[in-house]
Amino acid sequence: MIELLQEYWKAFLYTDGTEMTGLAMTLWLLTASIFIGFLGAIPLAIARVSERAYVRWPVQFYTYLFRGTPLYIQLLICYTGIYSIAAVRSQPLLDEFFRDAMNCTILAFALNTCAYTTEIFAGAIRNIPYGELEAAKAYGLNGWRLNAFVVVPSALRRALPYYSNEVILMLHSTSVAFTATIPDILKVARDANSETFLTFQSFGIGALIYLVLSFALVGLFRLAERRWLSFLGPAH
Amino acid sequence: MTSLITPNSIEQNQHMGNGLELGYKLTVENLHKSYGDHQVLRGVSLKAHKGDVISLIGASGSGKSTFLRCINFLETPTDGAMTLDGQVIRMVKDRHGLRVADAADLQRLRTRLAMVFQHFNLWSHLSVLDNITLAPQRVLGVKKADAEQAARQYLDKVGLPSRVASQYPSFLSGGQQQRVAIARALAMEPEILLFDEPTSALDPELVGEVLKVLQALAEEGRTMLMVTHEMAFAKQVSSQILFLHQGLVEEQGGADILTNPRSERLQQFLSNGLK
Repeated sequence: MIELLQEYWKAFLYTDGTEMTGLAMTLWLLTASIFIGFLGAIPLAIARVSERAYVRWPVQFYTYLFRGTPLYIQLLICYTGIYSIAAVRSQPLLDEFFRDAMNCTILAFALNTCAYTTEIFAGAIRNIPYGELEAAKAYGLNGWRLNAFVVVPSALRRALPYYSNEVILMLHSTSVAFTATIPDILKVARDANSETFLTFQSFGIGALIYLVLSFALVGLFRLAERRWLSFLGPAH
Repeated sequence: MTSLITPNSIEQNQHMGNGLELGYKLTVENLHKSYGDHQVLRGVSLKAHKGDVISLIGASGSGKSTFLRCINFLETPTDGAMTLDGQVIRMVKDRHGLRVADAADLQRLRTRLAMVFQHFNLWSHLSVLDNITLAPQRVLGVKKADAEQAARQYLDKVGLPSRVASQYPSFLSGGQQQRVAIARALAMEPEILLFDEPTSALDPELVGEVLKVLQALAEEGRTMLMVTHEMAFAKQVSSQILFLHQGLVEEQGGADILTNPRSERLQQFLSNGLK
């Protein structure tokens, strides 16, 4: 156990000597995909609740597609599937993008979390009391102003408890990245296991890191909720 | 910037006479509203001079709230005409009903008529101060510092201590929330204030504090349109009272119609304990 830690603590935490690995890699995967997913989800959520069917339906189709299939398959399609198409390889830009495992992984993760986040935000928008939207209209806030100053700020706050769940689930989902050769926490644990045969210890350490990370995220979201969700009133 | 005035609208108004004369702050002509086959408003008209306090009374379902909401187009009227400051509001008809021809005109109209709602409808995610400054800042383009200074003055005017400025609406009592909503309306410096049953959602002991604010506003000469069930209050502050029954103005006149109602319906309505 001690030898295992001595040999692998660096790899588990941030580097194996040549590249970023372990916790640092997992955090990077998580923040990159969550960041892209979050930015994409805001306009998509607004479109998702649109009164116009031709705006609503494409988004609904997208979220249905990505919530209806396993992330693992989405990753495989992004990482190996797309690159096996000749048309992609013959296009220099696409070829370069999809040859890189990291690009494919973050693309798959971002698309996946964006779909879930879109539904979470759309639900939060529907939860805004109608009277508040009516008041905004009555005071001349229309179009983008209505969204920018009333709908989005209110919905993001209301979505916090559900969104924190999504972020933690996404953290756990990043562990499929090792199948695309990305050296995240799980990949380091597998390497440690296959070199030392200390199976319980290797995966145990990996699990522990995920656990601590989840715990830290829960704490952060609790702070965020105290800061941004207190408007719901004393009863909440 | 497009104008609310159509070319020669003033000239037109003089020719058209009938409700479109000069001198009125707001006129509404023959407003109709129906939901499918159900007619809620069957031709309601109203004329308000500057400084008028007009109360709309009537039983539930008489269309008084719908009428008020049609005036700032929260509801789409089916038919009718409106002028504001002698300027005709240009409207076009589509399959839903009448809407203001130009989106910018609609926005400008709404900033000139500020509404206070029965259920306050404050933006719950914003502090009291932000509730009052949001529209002045983002719609009228007032600078943040100016908007905040004005907001504090209006809070003071509606009798709220300055410490509530940083609080969220849900931490306030109903009466306080409604007074914040009135401050929010005043901050738009509107030409007309619209009140949609401003005291109906309040506990009885909180009604007084809101009525006091409304009375002060009436006394300083603001033009107000008010849907209310507070008969004693309406009698006290109104320059004009419209009694609506089944989508029509059944009786109309000064405050004295509440003491000497001519129509049977109004007599009935007043005797039903709604005094």
